[in-house]
Amino acid sequence: MTPLLEIKNLKTRFYTQDGVVRAVNDVSYTMDSGEILGVVGESGCGKSVHALSMMQLIPYPPGKITNGEVWLDGQDLLTLSEEEMQKVRGRDIAMIFQDPMTSLNPVYTVGFQIVEALLLHNDMTKKEAKYRAGELLELVGIPGAKDRLDDYPHQFSGGMRQRAMIAMGLSCEPKLLIADEPTTALDVTIQAQIIDLVKKLQDELGMSIMWITHDLGVVAELAHTINVMYAGSIIETGKIRNIYKNTKHPYTIGLLGSLPRLDDAPGTELVSIPGLPPDLLALPEGCPFAARCEYRIEQCLVEKPPLVEIDGKDHAVACWRWEEIAGIRSK
Amino acid sequence: MKAEMKKLVKVRNLKKYFPGTEVSIFRTGKDVKAVDGVSFDIYEQETLGLVGETGCGKTTVGRTMLHLYPPTAGKIIFDGVDLNDLGERELRFTRSKMQMIFQDPYASLNPRMTVGSIVGAPLDVHTDQSKKEKRERVQELLDIVGLNPDFVNRYPHEFSGGQRQRIGIARALALNPDFVVCDEPISSLDVSIQAQVVNLLEDLQKKLGLTYLFIAHDLSMVRHISDRMAVMYLGKIVELADRDEIFLNSLHPYTQALMSAVPVPDPDLAEKKDRVILDGDIPNPSNPPLGCNFNTRCPVATDICFKEEPEYREVKDRHWVACHLVK
Repeated sequence: MTPLLEIKNLKTRFYTQDGVVRAVNDVSYTMDSGEILGVVGESGCGKSVHALSMMQLIPYPPGKITNGEVWLDGQDLLTLSEEEMQKVRGRDIAMIFQDPMTSLNPVYTVGFQIVEALLLHNDMTKKEAKYRAGELLELVGIPGAKDRLDDYPHQFSGGMRQRAMIAMGLSCEPKLLIADEPTTALDVTIQAQIIDLVKKLQDELGMSIMWITHDLGVVAELAHTINVMYAGSIIETGKIRNIYKNTKHPYTIGLLGSLPRLDDAPGTELVSIPGLPPDLLALPEGCPFAARCEYRIEQCLVEKPPLVEIDGKDHAVACWRWEEIAGIRSK
Repeated sequence: MKAEMKKLVKVRNLKKYFPGTEVSIFRTGKDVKAVDGVSFDIYEQETLGLVGETGCGKTTVGRTMLHLYPPTAGKIIFDGVDLNDLGERELRFTRSKMQMIFQDPYASLNPRMTVGSIVGAPLDVHTDQSKKEKRERVQELLDIVGLNPDFVNRYPHEFSGGQRQRIGIARALALNPDFVVCDEPISSLDVSIQAQVVNLLEDLQKKLGLTYLFIAHDLSMVRHISDRMAVMYLGKIVELADRDEIFLNSLHPYTQALMSAVPVPDPDLAEKKDRVILDGDIPNPSNPPLGCNFNTRCPVATDICFKEEPEYREVKDRHWVACHLVK
């Protein structure tokens, strides 16, 4: 089976006054159709920028995709013109953003904004589009959906706005839905509602979802595969159980250790990762995590480790010493 | 915890209403009942966690406790002194014993002041130390919170979020307070940095014998740091108990739903978990529902919940809850 999405050697740079920000460094991976991929990392690790690069939404200048290919269904998106790309956005790939407050236009009704997307990509009349918009709002669980089409975004609560954004994202039945921290601005009980909804919709509609987040908890409930990113590179990737149960990269280990868990014994100290992520203006030569890594050796400082497959196909890690570290930790 | 532990702070029936906005020149809107009658104690050297969702009034509780907002009604008794009885000057002195760490380390530090003057500002106000003494104290404080003491002449923008939060902590500690309100001190930080700051707060508590009110919406972090926990919903405390009690035997349906909504970073546990998904949103605090606040979303509400407000009472030893259905 050919994958739905294949990214090869994607590099994105921002040319700023202070120098070149290396936001995405050689990211390559594939995604199958029907898959939910979690992209996890801290702020500034390139998780959002790599998704925006795929959609060609990086502002130029200062941003520029300097290298790479993004294959979606036999088409390299990075070779498309802006006009062609506009047809892809929304129809083939849709995106939901973090803040539902700022991503909806406050001066148009919610219904109008969904209808707009429908009319742009489909051959339907206004009436049909409005009917469909009502169905979509109903699908995402907004009570009294058809009556709320004429409401403005401010009449919706945060959770409802995010539902409306999801409805808009689904309107053209995209092959891939990119959700960029869609629940970060929401409360936990509302977050649980949205996660539940997305799971249900994915079951029903079978699209692929890329869920970008900093929260390792959220994706544990949702994703099939996880990419862990650090300083613009994928440092560990694999099926969800491999990432959580058979963690190999010292950064992923640290990240999981620094999360308190509801089933921790009381009094356990959190394992914090010392130091800060590297400055993307001056990335170190070797492994980007080396400065904070307790297992670093000479080689880590001079040579960047490649992402290598381990234990068969469903797990890969970018660390020179992953085998030794696994040995040290099991003692 | 031992029964003879001293109660450092007592809060009795605290209310804080914010005036409603003007609807027309003849009519103003209803008051927003941000905090609507909460009572609790904080024991010396413990950490009380206060959790709840956006708009439930948890930050207002913290601020009102320091009299940063004058309370609409109710009492705050700090170390045996009722803050309502104090004049401006005495209140100012008492406040030096109670400090606050703010949520946003970007907004809570003046960008035009050096780290030295930010951390030293409380010393300027409350002490008459000489310049040299102040400088030494500031450097000592920076050292305590894990920053290089030579950073005194730098400005906040030169620091990362985690380091700024450390500066905020150093400022809060400058006057040797007994009680610190930590208002979501870690929610704007990255995961790996959160752990650093929480570990620092725990260390400081042990070293300096501090008492914390730890306000947060991240339940797993609150469980980690707290001895006891209070859960707020729409201006009221719905449940308060020892940390493990509340996690293992929560009684209020809202607490139960809140616990089950917390994502677990473990796919096996996540699969097994029984989720209680609440419908709807938090009601508007200027127009709370009649009866129990939670009745619009409660999965088990009965007739009485729509008529009468449940009493907040101690149902078990040290376990307080406000729900009609808990016997």
